[in-house]
Amino acid sequence: MLPIIPKLQAKLGADRVLTQPEDLAVYGFDGTAALEAPAACVVFPLSTEEVAEVVALANEHRTPIVTRGSGTGLSGGSIPVEGGIVLCLARMDRILEVDENNLTLLAEAGVITQKISEQADAVGLLYPPDPGSMKISTIGGNVAENSGGLRGLKYGVTRDYVMGLEIVLPDGQIIFLGNKCVKDVAGFSMKDVFIGSEGALGIITKVLLKLVPKPMGKKTLLATFDRMDAAAETVSAIIAAKIIPCTLEFLDRITIRCVEDFAKIGLPLDAEALLLIETDGHPTVIEEEAHRIKNIAELNGATSIRIAADAAESAQLATARRAAFSALARVSPTTILEDATVPRSRLAEMIRFIQSVGERHQLKIGTFGHMGDGNLHPTFLTDERNHEEMARVEKAMKEIFDYAISLGGTITGEHGVGLAKKPFLPAALGEPSVALMRQFKKSIDPHGLLNPGKIFDL
Amino acid sequence: MNPASPAKAHPAQALAPNLRTLDFGVLAQCIHCGLCLPTCPTYDATKLERNSPRDRIALMKQIAEGRSDVTKTFADEMYFCLGCLACQTACPAGVNYAEMFESARADVEHQRILENPKRNAIRFVMLRTIFMNPRLLRALGWGIWIYQASGMQSAVRTLGLTRLLPKNLRELEPLTPGIKAPFSDQRIRTIEPSHEPRRYRVGLLTGCVQDLAYPDINRDTADVLQANGCEVITPRFQSCCGSLHAHNGELGLARELARRAIDSFELDALDAIITNAGGCGGHLKNYAHLLHDDPTYATRAVEWTRKMKDIHEWLAEIGIRPPASSGTIQRVTYHESCHLSHGQKIVTAPRKVLQAIPGLQLIELPEASWCCGSAGIYNITQPEMSRQLLDRKMGHIKGTGVSIVATANPGCLVQLEAGARSHGVELRLVHPVSLLAEAYRGQASN
Repeated sequence: MLPIIPKLQAKLGADRVLTQPEDLAVYGFDGTAALEAPAACVVFPLSTEEVAEVVALANEHRTPIVTRGSGTGLSGGSIPVEGGIVLCLARMDRILEVDENNLTLLAEAGVITQKISEQADAVGLLYPPDPGSMKISTIGGNVAENSGGLRGLKYGVTRDYVMGLEIVLPDGQIIFLGNKCVKDVAGFSMKDVFIGSEGALGIITKVLLKLVPKPMGKKTLLATFDRMDAAAETVSAIIAAKIIPCTLEFLDRITIRCVEDFAKIGLPLDAEALLLIETDGHPTVIEEEAHRIKNIAELNGATSIRIAADAAESAQLATARRAAFSALARVSPTTILEDATVPRSRLAEMIRFIQSVGERHQLKIGTFGHMGDGNLHPTFLTDERNHEEMARVEKAMKEIFDYAISLGGTITGEHGVGLAKKPFLPAALGEPSVALMRQFKKSIDPHGLLNPGKIFDL
Repeated sequence: MNPASPAKAHPAQALAPNLRTLDFGVLAQCIHCGLCLPTCPTYDATKLERNSPRDRIALMKQIAEGRSDVTKTFADEMYFCLGCLACQTACPAGVNYAEMFESARADVEHQRILENPKRNAIRFVMLRTIFMNPRLLRALGWGIWIYQASGMQSAVRTLGLTRLLPKNLRELEPLTPGIKAPFSDQRIRTIEPSHEPRRYRVGLLTGCVQDLAYPDINRDTADVLQANGCEVITPRFQSCCGSLHAHNGELGLARELARRAIDSFELDALDAIITNAGGCGGHLKNYAHLLHDDPTYATRAVEWTRKMKDIHEWLAEIGIRPPASSGTIQRVTYHESCHLSHGQKIVTAPRKVLQAIPGLQLIELPEASWCCGSAGIYNITQPEMSRQLLDRKMGHIKGTGVSIVATANPGCLVQLEAGARSHGVELRLVHPVSLLAEAYRGQASN
């Protein structure tokens, strides 16, 4: 047993320091396919002070710490360092304040995103970021990964809603960056460095979030296309018409077929693409926008368009998109979800390229995603036991990332780098950018205690 | 960091014969996304990954791949799981948790890892003796009925004589279901005609606990079927369906009981076989899989599964003849049996049965599909967790302000009756079909 373990037990109590093999196994993975590693122990602090104490001990013993929320990450960011500490914030789960005058919400890092959304909703406000895992993901994890979601096009991502962060630094100091002020230019905007830092710079313990007024209504449309280009042109034309829908989601041919197989909702099996479009705001405005969107889609060659008459029909239309991942995940034993992202003007090219890669490597890749913000989810339907096929998956993935970069895109739009995208980072950013990050990491965490080996090697 | 190693043939397959022969596709279907976590009552209570479905699956997968063995910790975990299958409803990838869970518990029993004299005795008496023998079960039922009906039970309770029982028996005593003799065989004739021109001929399963504690529900089910154009065939001696055995690691006994159940009906002559117990239904529909490699029964088991219908599902399929209004207004809330809603995905049909009753106002119960803690014999094996869940459920029931709670599973009925007693609330616990049967009777007497 590591000498640090009895000390952790003395600080936190034995029941908040797990060391049994069964526990280490289940805290050894997250939502990422085919990655796992056993930690030496898993600890559950209940307060910022306890987090700081654990960090101080880890510093003393030079034991690495991997911070974890609910373990839903999709890039391996919360996979333990073998022999290190997993610091799980799931029990720091209190919402501390909802400030209706300043439209802010203060929460501990372990609060489930859905709870934040519900709490905002209860006072007529909206917390817009809605990552797919929000029913169980924690807000601390969302900030550390700078998570996106379906409403990114109109409302932006997690970063756009973080006003302040309480952080435990690698030396055990507790700091608070930011405040409730809309304007604040005192010094560097340090909180922005920690957003999306994947647990490598500090441990986020509290989050001060911005809320916005809840839109009064929502209109949902579902359009099908027999050509990918027609769908892409529709998206461009909607944006060019100065309409910003809150949701502009798309499914490709393979995904449409899988969804229809699974959910039987009457989707046209010969369609090449399907767009789910939602616009929210004042009822008269969204009514008008919905009709303009319908006209634009028709002009650009949509084969069918439905506008939902009420909330129930909206939900029904949205089923196709919501079921996309479920439907794909049922097809084969191993499902690998990627998130290559390109400027939205290059989407059609990117999607066609993914389809050609699938054909060339004889792989089944279903693609769906956030068409409005260029964030795609090419999803590999494979079998991890088939090593030969997995090698082709690796190749295809690299080609997809390279192509996304060549179009001015990125290797990850909302999942983070973690372990899964680490090999692709230098090509995506250029060596000097990675060197700058490395320099920053070293100055703030000289002993490499926090999430070492993620994003890049030191 | 190691990439997860793929399945290997394990020399010690004999150590975990069920998990290690399970189809890899079933185990690998879990993508460990975590969406099951917030719906799992045990994870919700402890916030420990070990107590969640995706992590139970991860541990099962390790065993299946030969990377670890069935340990005491694993065994305890498998019995801490309620088997409520809420995770299957939440799962985006369609993981068949039920099959993995049954295999895992069977391996725990195979390894005899939890054995101790008391547990062995309870399992021998319950699983191997009483619930394998319908005549013995009914005889026992009569015995308890005499104890309860003669006033002995209330005398014993009033005098506090239960104090004389060992602690764990004393805690269980309030969970003894009220026995309602006479049982189904004396209430329902083997063949009962349709009250309307006959449209269907159906078999009726009377259950085991249901038969002793709620034979009136079986009578009501027959009445409702007759009122909806069904001729009802009810074999006199029916065995336990084996769900208790399958869920408690005795797959061999479960197969034996499945064969007996199939033998007790003339499948070809029936349009459907009807069950009214949510907990049994999920298992009864699984006979095709359970007996898939049984040379004599495989074909009939497929036929059985095809014809097996929950009563609500069947009524929704054939259409409910609406009862005439009796003028009475009743407010009712509905608690979902786990294996009806999560196991069989029957969610709207029971509500439709209730809403078909004139004057019935259905008040939705918050967390209606959250387990009440009954979970087969979980309230006996894990009393503490079971109690927590029951308290949570009773809190929601009290919150509705409704005094009639409908639910379609004998385990839930027993559990909620115990909850009503311990919380000191006057509740009427009733099967949805009984309310429908009453409505038909009301119309007949008008």
